[in-house]
Amino acid sequence: MADVKPLLHVEHLCKEFPVESGLIASRMKNAKKVHAVNDVSFDIMPGETFGLVGESGCGKSTTGRCIMRLTEPTSGLVEFEGKDVGKMSKKELKALRRDMQFIFQDPYASLNPRMTIGEIVSEPLIIHGVMPNADKRIAFVRELLDVVGLNPEHINRYPHEFSGGQRQRVGIARAFALRPKLIICDEPVSALDVSIQAQVLNLLTDLQQEFGTAYLFIAHDLSVVQHISDRVAVMYLGSMMEYSDWKSLYAEPCHPYTQSLLSAVPIPDPDIQHSRKRIILQGDPPSPIDPPSGCLFHTRCPIAKERCSQEIPQLREISPGHFCSCHYAEPNPIKESSIQLNLDEDDVQQKHRVH
Amino acid sequence: MADKNKAKDQIKEEIDEAKQSTELDMAPSRTLWGDAFQRLKRNKLAVIGACWIVFMVIVALTADLWVPQTLGSPTEIDSTTMTQMSRLPPSLEHPFGTDTLGRDVLCRVIYGARISLAVGVLATAISTLIGLVMGALAAYNGGWWDTLIMRFADIFLAFPYTLFVIAMLAVIGPGIQNVFIAIGVLGWPSIARVFRSAILSVKENDYVDAARAMGASDARIIVRHIFPNSVASIVVYATMNIGGAILTESALSFLGMGVIPPDPSWGIMIQDGQTYLATQPWLMIMPGIAILTTVLAFTLLGDGLRDALDVKMKDA
Repeated sequence: MADVKPLLHVEHLCKEFPVESGLIASRMKNAKKVHAVNDVSFDIMPGETFGLVGESGCGKSTTGRCIMRLTEPTSGLVEFEGKDVGKMSKKELKALRRDMQFIFQDPYASLNPRMTIGEIVSEPLIIHGVMPNADKRIAFVRELLDVVGLNPEHINRYPHEFSGGQRQRVGIARAFALRPKLIICDEPVSALDVSIQAQVLNLLTDLQQEFGTAYLFIAHDLSVVQHISDRVAVMYLGSMMEYSDWKSLYAEPCHPYTQSLLSAVPIPDPDIQHSRKRIILQGDPPSPIDPPSGCLFHTRCPIAKERCSQEIPQLREISPGHFCSCHYAEPNPIKESSIQLNLDEDDVQQKHRVH
Repeated sequence: MADKNKAKDQIKEEIDEAKQSTELDMAPSRTLWGDAFQRLKRNKLAVIGACWIVFMVIVALTADLWVPQTLGSPTEIDSTTMTQMSRLPPSLEHPFGTDTLGRDVLCRVIYGARISLAVGVLATAISTLIGLVMGALAAYNGGWWDTLIMRFADIFLAFPYTLFVIAMLAVIGPGIQNVFIAIGVLGWPSIARVFRSAILSVKENDYVDAARAMGASDARIIVRHIFPNSVASIVVYATMNIGGAILTESALSFLGMGVIPPDPSWGIMIQDGQTYLATQPWLMIMPGIAILTTVLAFTLLGDGLRDALDVKMKDA
């Protein structure tokens, strides 16, 4: 793994939004700011799926948008294939867009209602001048629609004639049209019914196996992320709390926040569900306008000590490949509360398929 | 009992068949504009308005072919017959009567329609064009652009509109071209406002971000994504604005700032007729009805368009 260069390298990424709009107020030195993303660093390897989880408003989506420069980051470094995305000119940025695509959360808002799905899927091809021959392009789009499980005959239909799941397939076809190396999936299934979620997740894993695309998979649903990710990171209030490969994160969560999240995942067995200890966090997440001092989580942490409110914990390697930003983290201190996972070999091989 | 079951099965089969055939024949895809047209057709008032406008346009455009032959010239005065022809009441020969100078009122109303419709359409076209550019610049660029353009629009809107137009005409002089220009140029701020807010709401949609993520240029995003989705409100507003422009032109002509006599204009005709309101009311009523129906027709059509183009009412 060490010899392979990361496809995407994110270092100390920060994004602040001004709270007050207006020409003068937002430029004042002491203007209040929302710290949406706070010093986030990670790498994504070619062909891997990196899951990013956290509750609403913790900055997952903003992280994704900053990487694509849909939102300009306040500071920090984003490197794609060794090139600094933040310093790219318009032309370089356009070239980057070929290799990095985005799948949106809301399949209703992400497709232009005035364009047919054929036009929507072929738009990236037209913008980048791939396949200038119109007939070839249409044939390619029809093939692509077939690959994502849509009827190619529907190429001239409008988005409002499709269901949510079908629309999300159109969004996926659009993202794959240029065969990108990385796709940022911003909660691609959270707007869909559970049965459709599984289909779309399977489609994403199938396409990944076929084209070797890497995913940055943003979600708030731990069970969704578990099924698709190679590595998982947990975010809280714009900062990364813990990250490691999915197996070690789910089996041995180190950070008390991760532990509480995992203990909240329902288990479809009433006996286990009743008998296991749940960690129930008190209160609401603090405001990102005025984040707590020291460890961001200390206001709600069940094991917080005095040190936590004074000293900001750094990400440290608890076990190989498993990073956690907690002063008192140790591998799995409250084992019985973590979710029970069936980790036999069979399951590990099959983990990419959702049954 | 067995028969009943059999009948049930048969019905079931028929339903299945019907389902399959509908799936097979692939109903032709309907565009949003096509949908809107279907909905517009169901709105009776809008259809009446549209028919009236079409009728007026056809009459105004073909006037040269048949009006002078049957009703005489709208401007020329025959001094030999003037006294006998003056202010005749409506009759078969002169359906709307005649005016003081012996000209046929219907003829003048028809030629007045040319001017009114031309002013309505051209002035609206001018203000829409300026308004679209200004609104797009303000909304798409935001920041300083937005503040500057919208404050400028506010200044324009702060003046009473008719007074502003009169002041402008006083500077550039009366006459029909100047009426086009004055009404058109001074009408942009409200269009800019409507378009700006339409763009601002469309801009928030994910498909605009999707286009940016694809690497689309700003021009492409505006032309392909923002404009088609925000143009509906402009179509509605412009349609209603035509009625307003016709009214303004009539008011200006009534005040003597618009069309120069002897050219016929509904406003001038009303002004000419007001002296005889008690004795020969048709001189004023006929052009008045023309203004009323035309403005009403544009308003009804605009109203219908607004309902028809509203995507949220798609399934209604």
